[in-house]
Amino acid sequence: MLFIKCPYCGIRSQNEFAYGGDATVKRPELNKEISDKEWDDFVYNRKSPRGKHLEFWHHISGCRQWFKVHRDTATHEIFKTLKPHEEL
Amino acid sequence: MTQEFRLKDEGLIDRSKKISFKFNGKKYFGYEGDTLASALIANGVHLVGRSFKYHRPRGFYGAGVDDPYALVQLIRNNETIPNIKATEQELFEGLEAKSVNCWPNVNFDIGGINNFLRIFLPAGFYYKTFMWPKSFWYRIYEPFIRKAAGFGVVTHEHDKERYEHKYEYCDLLVTGSGPSGLASAYSAAKNGAKVILAEDKPRFGGSLLTSEVTIGNQTGKEWADKIVTELKEMPNVVVKNRAQVFGYYDHNMLVMSERISEHMPKTEKFMPKQKLWYIRAKEVVISSGSIERPIVFGNNDTPGILLSSAAKEYMKVYGVLVGKKPLIFTNNDSAYETAIEFKKNGINPIVLDSRKELNSDLITEAKNLGIDIKFEHVVVNANGYRKVKSADIAKISEDKTNLGKIENIACDCICVSGFWTPTIHLASQSGGKTKFNEDIDAFIPSQSKQNETTVGSANGIFNLNDTLKNSFEAGYELSKKITSKENKLSVPAVVEKKNSKHDKFWCVPLPKGKKYKRFLDFQNDVAVSDIELALREGYRSIEHVKRYTTLGMATDQGKTSNLNGLQLVSNIENKVVPEVGHTTFRPPYTPVSIGAIVGREVGKHSKPTRKSPMHSWHEKNNAVFVDAGLWLRPRYYKKGNETLFDASKREAENVRKNVGVCDVTTLGKIDVKGPDAAEFLNRVYTNAWLKLPVGKARYGVMLREDGIVMDDGTTTRVSENHYHMTTTTAQAANVLSHLEYYLQIVWPELNVNVVSTTEQWAGAAIAGPKSRDLLQKLFPETDCSNDGLPFMGFIETKLFGVYARIFRISFSGELAYEVNVESDNGNFMWEKIIELGEEFKIQPYGTEALSTLRIEMGHVAGSELDGRTTPFDNSLEGLLSKKKDFIGKRSLQKEAFISPDREKIVGVVPLDKKTSIPEGSYIVRDANAKLPNPKLGHVSASCWSVEYNNPFSLAIIKDGKNMIGQKLFALSPLKNKSIPVEIVSSHYVDPKGERVRS
Ligand SMILES: [Zn+2]
Repeated sequence: MLFIKCPYCGIRSQNEFAYGGDATVKRPELNKEISDKEWDDFVYNRKSPRGKHLEFWHHISGCRQWFKVHRDTATHEIFKTLKPHEEL
Repeated sequence: MTQEFRLKDEGLIDRSKKISFKFNGKKYFGYEGDTLASALIANGVHLVGRSFKYHRPRGFYGAGVDDPYALVQLIRNNETIPNIKATEQELFEGLEAKSVNCWPNVNFDIGGINNFLRIFLPAGFYYKTFMWPKSFWYRIYEPFIRKAAGFGVVTHEHDKERYEHKYEYCDLLVTGSGPSGLASAYSAAKNGAKVILAEDKPRFGGSLLTSEVTIGNQTGKEWADKIVTELKEMPNVVVKNRAQVFGYYDHNMLVMSERISEHMPKTEKFMPKQKLWYIRAKEVVISSGSIERPIVFGNNDTPGILLSSAAKEYMKVYGVLVGKKPLIFTNNDSAYETAIEFKKNGINPIVLDSRKELNSDLITEAKNLGIDIKFEHVVVNANGYRKVKSADIAKISEDKTNLGKIENIACDCICVSGFWTPTIHLASQSGGKTKFNEDIDAFIPSQSKQNETTVGSANGIFNLNDTLKNSFEAGYELSKKITSKENKLSVPAVVEKKNSKHDKFWCVPLPKGKKYKRFLDFQNDVAVSDIELALREGYRSIEHVKRYTTLGMATDQGKTSNLNGLQLVSNIENKVVPEVGHTTFRPPYTPVSIGAIVGREVGKHSKPTRKSPMHSWHEKNNAVFVDAGLWLRPRYYKKGNETLFDASKREAENVRKNVGVCDVTTLGKIDVKGPDAAEFLNRVYTNAWLKLPVGKARYGVMLREDGIVMDDGTTTRVSENHYHMTTTTAQAANVLSHLEYYLQIVWPELNVNVVSTTEQWAGAAIAGPKSRDLLQKLFPETDCSNDGLPFMGFIETKLFGVYARIFRISFSGELAYEVNVESDNGNFMWEKIIELGEEFKIQPYGTEALSTLRIEMGHVAGSELDGRTTPFDNSLEGLLSKKKDFIGKRSLQKEAFISPDREKIVGVVPLDKKTSIPEGSYIVRDANAKLPNPKLGHVSASCWSVEYNNPFSLAIIKDGKNMIGQKLFALSPLKNKSIPVEIVSSHYVDPKGERVRS
């Protein structure tokens, strides 16, 4: 079970959190004309790397805040956690 | 019965406390402090069970977790527990145990025939033989294998014992209380660290209980006792015996099972049987020790053959002799300790040492005691079936390939020592790397991945002096990192015997013309010949060899077999062991009972139960409940002998005719507040929300970004910047997370706050042509007319003094209202509705009638919004705004979504107007077409239409719009039904929606 540092609450066990997908994907702006490819990249296409990955987690049984986790998908090492609008 | 093999006064057992117990129906005596194994051996019993594949007689091979054989069925306090290790089970008064894996009994076992058929049961036998013909599997092979194989018997009774879970945090977790564990724990604790010390056995001290050493001016055991006593008194230390740390998980989370009451005749009230500890440790010291390795020879699984360290432990801890004519077979010095112990107890052992004659402290001592030592000698084969009777021994050449003349000598036990294997399971589970150490012919931990340090013999250090030095140091350094204190203890002086080098020898060659079975894995009956065969058949990877032969795959996880297996593979392959590599170590290190894993989350406690404030009213009024997520909802209210069908039909009819009331508390409710709330809803929902006036509700559909419908519901503008959103019961939690995602991550500029209010409100849906009359009675001061409260209107008012919200919304398709009051007033509201509704013939209705009403109206719900359908599929395209963007809109342009033959919702009626169509049925053109019959779609929901008094279903089928009027078939292979049907509009009742607006 991972030990995750919520940027708002501190270190908590994984069972308080829900995984929320790739955090490097940015939703296209509303009302903007975009190609099918751009949209598909946003909706479907993910890299799923073995190694470092920036991802969203949701502190669902805690403060209910979404935040970013920089994690190694192979070793589960967590390098850093950030608020949603902080950059690595 | 006398305990013929019990020594007069040696051991740590309490001879003043005699304990009676039964094994295979026969009564014996032992002492407090015995294990079942030691008590049986004291009584001369060595035959405990039968092996897994060949059903060969099996005895005791170890004295603890290392034992691969001694599994018994335990009867304790009228409960029967399978696969208890006799070497671990402590004796208690009245204990009863039986052998497993034998029928009719352990002395005469029918499966033993497998032993004589063993040339037909080679490696992979099951894979090869029982594959074909396929039809034989269920009828012949499987029942046969089931009967012949397997260990203990599980009971079908409910486990009445209690198991608990505990979460704990510490600076340092120490896994094992041998010299290395005690030293690290002590040194860290003295430096201020919060320490947990876990010992698997009942007694602390590990090897110090049986070794002849001095630490400071005390014996090893005295020193261990002193340290443990001191640790137990320290407030920063938790000391646990009977506690096995069996798993090392991510981020230094370790799991330990503590056996709390299994050593007692029964579990006391309020006491758990086992406790599972989830321990998050800043640092871990792995001091799990080492396990002696077997040397492989012919029939080396015969009862009476065991590890030399176990023989010593039985003498020194339990005061029990494993035999009176012992043969000791070794490739190293440590077995001499066992020989000396025998000699001290008046028994004359014979030592066979594979090495050339040499001298060391121990060998000299043995020689001085007059012990008969035969150097360059090995055991070739053991004779005896249920117990070893003699051994064939021979001189062996220096290169260990040629045997001299075979000689037979009588013996009643053979104590084997093939040197030591560090217990690296936890270190490896942590993700750390291991390396092969040539000096000890075994793997040791090398590079740590997590915060762990392995010390003592688990790290391949077999002398006490270095062990203590390193462990004191490790405890100090690790604690210093955490506590920043520098209270360093001095390491006590050690007196111990020096060992000479062990012999790199692990398997005795077969004499010419002999085909003795030489076992590697005792629990799974894997012999040298099985591995040889697997390699001949082309298996190379050690992981494949393991799975094919089942080497190391038994419940003992290959504690005694893995390394010898690797040696064999590397010998045949002409590789060195590190090239072959070891198989992956996975938790648990020792078996864990399912009860401990489940803990207290059993039955009703497996998940929370959510009940509406009106729950007790429903109970009193014969509601039959159904699970809706975590909620319990009334499915129907049973009158007399009514069936579900009768009751739901009556309830639904009454809604269409008079008025009904349904508990809708479970609907998800979310408060959406803030100046940008309208804009936010406009992005979340597919339809327009900017112009919804205060006091009005609107139906909305929300999509996922991939264009699939996520949820639907009504949202009401309570005030300028305050909306009350409802979601389906099932999606409530997901919708909240979804909204939070967009507010926190995607559009943080929107000034909106969302919070779940599901449990703040109790809800009652009042539906039916007489609902307005009832509402007027409930709210005499409020104008409930069609003008005063029009369709989709909302007012805040008082229900006999209690704050209430009325929404004129309808799920049933009838004139209907939803009344919400604060949860605490829910029951008051409900009783008022029932009381005042009496004159209008009100009846409560449950989820079944609710479904009927919505299905015949063609309202979509969870069975249509199943995570695969688009708004078009559900005929919701009218709700897609063309003027604005919203979540998921871009996806709706996808070719597949706008394809003309895309599936669409329709109604389905059986031609005979009688046969109900099972939900999940396929809609096909031709009922008798060749398989696979092309499927047009599926039936999503079925009901008995109370409006037309015939069955009606909703279905989602290809090109649905153009199918209306067509005669097709509904096929349910599951129920073996083929029903001719007609496709109709999904809006079966009141297609223009006049009733809701009336
Ligand atoms: Zn938090």
